[in-house]
Order: sequence, then structure tokens, then C-alpha cells
Amino acid sequence: MKTTEQKPERIIVPGPAGFHPPSAAQLGVMLPDPGQGLMYGLLEPNEDLVIEEMARKMLTSPNATLFPGPMVLWAWNEHAVEKAKAVLEIAAQIPDVLIIPMPDYRPKYPKIDPEEVINPNHPNLTIWGNKIEACIFIGVHCHYANLTLKMIRAGTNCCTSAICAEQGHEDAMLTVRDSDTAKLKKVAQIFKRVRESMGLKLPANGENVRFTGTQSKVHGGKTHTNPLVFMPTPGGTAGAAAFGHSPEQMKREG
Amino acid sequence: MSESLDTAVKTNPQGDPITSVAAPKPTEVKKDPHAEAKKQRVVTPEYMFFEAKRTKEFITGSEAAKEAVRRSNVDLSIAYPITPQSETMQLIGVLYGEGYVKEYYRGEEEYGVMSAIAGASRAGVRCFTATAGPGTLRGIEPIASWPGHRLPAVCMFTCRVVNAPLAIQPDNIEVSYLLNCGMIVFHAENQQDMFDFIMKAFIISEMNDVTLPVGVCCDGFFVTHARGYVHMQEKGIKLPPREAWRGAVPVLDAENPPARLSRDAPVQKSNFMAYNIHAVWQQEVWAAVERSRKYINKFMGGLCSAENMENADAVIIASGSAAAQSREAVRLCADKGIKVGLIKVRSLRPFPTEELRQLCKNTKLIVIPEFNYVGWLAREVATAIYGHSKAKIIAGPHVYGGQSMPVELIVDEVESGLTGKKSTNVPLSAIMGTDVDQGAVSHFMQNI
Repeated sequence: MKTTEQKPERIIVPGPAGFHPPSAAQLGVMLPDPGQGLMYGLLEPNEDLVIEEMARKMLTSPNATLFPGPMVLWAWNEHAVEKAKAVLEIAAQIPDVLIIPMPDYRPKYPKIDPEEVINPNHPNLTIWGNKIEACIFIGVHCHYANLTLKMIRAGTNCCTSAICAEQGHEDAMLTVRDSDTAKLKKVAQIFKRVRESMGLKLPANGENVRFTGTQSKVHGGKTHTNPLVFMPTPGGTAGAAAFGHSPEQMKREG
Repeated sequence: MSESLDTAVKTNPQGDPITSVAAPKPTEVKKDPHAEAKKQRVVTPEYMFFEAKRTKEFITGSEAAKEAVRRSNVDLSIAYPITPQSETMQLIGVLYGEGYVKEYYRGEEEYGVMSAIAGASRAGVRCFTATAGPGTLRGIEPIASWPGHRLPAVCMFTCRVVNAPLAIQPDNIEVSYLLNCGMIVFHAENQQDMFDFIMKAFIISEMNDVTLPVGVCCDGFFVTHARGYVHMQEKGIKLPPREAWRGAVPVLDAENPPARLSRDAPVQKSNFMAYNIHAVWQQEVWAAVERSRKYINKFMGGLCSAENMENADAVIIASGSAAAQSREAVRLCADKGIKVGLIKVRSLRPFPTEELRQLCKNTKLIVIPEFNYVGWLAREVATAIYGHSKAKIIAGPHVYGGQSMPVELIVDEVESGLTGKKSTNVPLSAIMGTDVDQGAVSHFMQNI
């Protein structure tokens, strides 16, 4: 497999790649080994360089968005809570970043509210609806992340990143693997370093996360919030019902 | 003791003394049937496959499968009888009795078995089953849905004739039905392969970036009922348990309704996006098949193996029992002064496309013997090396319906392929490549 050091043509780049383009695996892209990453479908031996590129994309692209998945959205255990906190530390380094959750994998019927959630069955609707040009997926089960990344690459111009707890994702433009809490904290530090090197400042009140329209309505018209005040606690109030995912609603969705 | 006997004289209802005394019962030590299984210790796959000391035993393929399951930390096995796998699953029942398999039962029929395996795998446990021939086809709808549900499991296919007419003899036609399911498919040559492939299949199947079922095929009877030497690790060690929480999909969560046995169905739930999601879903299944390559290389030593390839006049490509026959054909050819190489294909899905292109780029003649009518392996090989090799490909000899394959049949094809002599067993329509002798074609046509 070709590496970034050989400077070949990039394979996995922001789309739209086509009506139904081949998967990255069909194009010969293979997952990285520990310590490595993938940068535009090429093997990058130093994962820190991949994280730096993620930071540059998230700091310079319109409507950059974090998409946290179920594994960091729900307080399954202490580990999930720690990772969720680390994700919010990453969010705290990106001015005007959006956070749109992928709380589950069920197709949204009759139609999705792109300002509320992203869904692996039609993720391009959320990308289009919010004009998102850079994003990071964290905490999504690998199968569903791969579906999502393929569809976004096919139909949108969004630069996708995947910070994966397992082996990474070929269909993301940028990906790193084995992302435990320590690595997520390292990502936040690298984002901080890149942001500072670019001379980008955070708001003095720490409210750097921008609400979508729907989120703003839920929060009384507020436009921004401080991600660090949302810090979750195990078994705390950040349950499904707080986000509109009550058992009744889940039953209705069938 | 004697004193207590004196004082404890009993009488019968008529008042007569009972002079005989019942013998004291022997102290019964109830042996725990699971005792040995409980002593098994977990070792890493690397230790199990590459470091653990092995001893040699002379056993059948069914016994080899049993011994593999014994060391594989299997949670659930579901049986339904069909020749020639009945003995295998009966032996797995013995393992259940000994505590090496946690749950075991007989299903209603193959459709039910394969559906139950789907539910169990979805629930997060390690599953094993086996079937054959008509059973494979009866169960193939749920089998073909396993990859889409991203269900790790291992199913052993002990290939036999697919009815009708009714027969139970060896024939591996059923493999061709499995090749396009989206599952990983291995083809075992002998009892040793059967033992190794099953154990390694569990580990490869459950890798997060794979999360797919594995079919371990063998040619029924030749492998299942015949004995061969198998080098096995001690019984006291086993593979680590399945870590379902690490899978590419969430496991079934029965405590949080609604629990679903199938993945959320985009076709039912959405409108214009449904086609797109199903299309990328299929892509993802096959991408996972691709990802399994590195694990097959790591644990199985490659998707194929090559022997005697240097300066070979011809190459035989074979899988399963045909590989064993081919190895003997290579020896016979050597006796005749013909240097023949052998490529044994272990993994049919993923297929060793790149490997064959490299190995066959300078080959002049390829002979592909198979135990089926349709020649599925020849099609795979021809497709893989098209444009990468100018070899003449002889899709044969083929035997089926229970026939054995005389080694001389393979040798004949090597000789006729090299000399241009007309084959008595392979029609010209089954010979591919640019090097086909048109004179022989003409001769063949005139003699029809």
C-alpha cells in the first residue's frame, strides 16, 4: 500500500465522488497498523500528522461538526463517560463548532431533522442540511461509521475524519485508530497547538460550540454554549430522555 | 464394627431374626463431568497457533473438528443431522456433556438452525454449527443474511451431492452457492486443515474490522470419515472468549426494548435513501471480506500456498481434497520427468487474486482438478489472472456425484496440456487461454 511519504495521488478525497463510487477497500486502501493513520487513502506512518490535518480542516472549513456516536453519548460505564469528557475537550478547541449526535442507528421516519441528529442510513441529509464541509465521527460502531462515511463521500463535499477506538476507517479522508481516552486527550492537545499556531482565538466566555437551529430552540434561544459545562456524569441526567429519546418514542419508532 | 452388628439385630415381620447384613455401600465419589473442561486455561491466539506444543494423533475429520471446538471456547452449538456431518455434530454433543461447549441442542431443521445461530451470534456468543449438501441449500437464506447482519460464527460445510437424484456422496458443488454470500470461505484439504481452519476461523471471524461469518468447507467422507494425522495442542488450553462488545455492530440488547433480531431495515423504513444505504451496506460487507486478508495471512500463513513452483513446466491449482490428489500427481509427474508446481487455495473468499497473478505470470499451463461439475475454482482462477498470464487453463479434470479422482486423471491433463494431445476427460470448451492448439480443436470437433 502506498504511503504519504511516496507522495502519490490522493485516493480518498472530499466528494461528491459519484453516484455510487467503489468503496475505499475496493480501491485498495487498507487499514493502518497501530501508531499509523490514513490520510486521504494513503498510509501515514505518524498518526500525529493525521491529527494535525484533522485540526486544520476542522479549524478552517465552514460548519465544522463533531458527530458523537452511541459509544460516547450514553453512560454505558465509567470508560464511556471518560471518553465523552475527552470528546468535549476536543470540541472546546474548535471555534464555532457544531455538535450533532448520532444517538442510534435506526432510520428516521418519516423524515430526519438534520439539525437534531445524523443517521447512518441517510447521513448526507444532515451534511447537506447544515452545509457541513468538515466533520469528525467519534464513538460510532465501525459498521455504521463505514456506511456513513461511504455515503458522505459519494454525495457531499464534506471532508470526513474518523477517530476510531478500533482499527480506523478506510472511507474517511482522515482516520486514526486505537483511540482511548488518553489518545482523545492527545487529539485535544494537538488541536490546541494547531489552533494557536494559526492565531485562532476562542471566545473569552468559553462558549465556542454553536447550536443548530433546533438545539437553539431547545435551549431557550441561546446560540452558543461552553462544552465543558456539559460534562457528563455516570448515571446522571444525561440520559436518553433528556435528548428526546424516551422509551415511548423508541417504541413508536418500532 | 462387629459390636455394632451384634447390637443391631433386626427381625422380619414374622419375628425371625434377620441374619444377613447388607453390605456397606461403597463410598460413591461423584465425578464432575465438567471437571476437565473447568480446568482449561485461556491462552492468546498467537500462543495457541504458533507456540503451544502439539502431539500427533490419527483421527477422522469429524474428530478433528470436535477437537478444534474443544479448544475454541464455544458458547453455543446447534445441530441438525445430515450426512456426512451428523457424526461431527454428535461429537460436539459429547463436548457439551463434558462441559467444553456451554449450550447445545438439536434444531428443527437447517433453516431453523441457521436462524438460531443468527440470533445467538447477534446476542454476542460464539457459535458453531455444521451442515452439508441439501442442508446447506435449505439453510442458505439465513446463511446468506449472516454477513449483512455482521454476525461472526463458524459453520462447517462437509460437502456432498446436492439432491436430486438422492445421493449422499462427495461432491463440492455447494461451495459455489456459498461464494457470493459475503461470508469468508475456507476449503480444507485434510483433517489437519479441518482442525486448524476451524480454530483460526473463530478468531478471524470476530476481528472487529471483519465481524463476518466463516464457512469452513471440506469434501465430505474424504475428510470427515477418513483418518489422518493431526497435530494438536493439549486439551487444557483454549482460545479467549468472544468479546462481543468490540464488534463492528452492537450486540442484541434484549433488556432495552425494542430488541430486534435483524438489523434495522432501511428498505422498510426509508424512502428515496433506501437504495443507497443498501448499496453501501453491501459494499461494507465485501470491504470486511477484504480486511480479513491480513488476518488470514497472519494466522493461516496465506490465502494459498505454493509448492515446487521454480521452473515448473505446468502448475496445478486446487483446493480441498483435490489438492491432496494433486500433490500425488505432482510426484507422479516428477517420476516422468515433468516438473509440476502446486498451488493450494486455502481461502476462496477472499480469493488470492494478487497471489495467483504473481505466481502464474510466467506459467504456460494451469490444470485445475475439481470435485464438481461446474468448475467453480477454474472460473475463479481464470477471472483472477485474466490479462496477467498467458497460460493455457485446463478446467479439469472434474469428478462428481461421488466419484473419486484417480491421480492419473490429473497427470493425463498435465501431459495432454503440455503436448497438445487430445484429452479424454476434459472437453475443449473447458480449455481457456491463448495457447490452445487449434488443430486439436478441429480434431475434437470432427470426432463429435
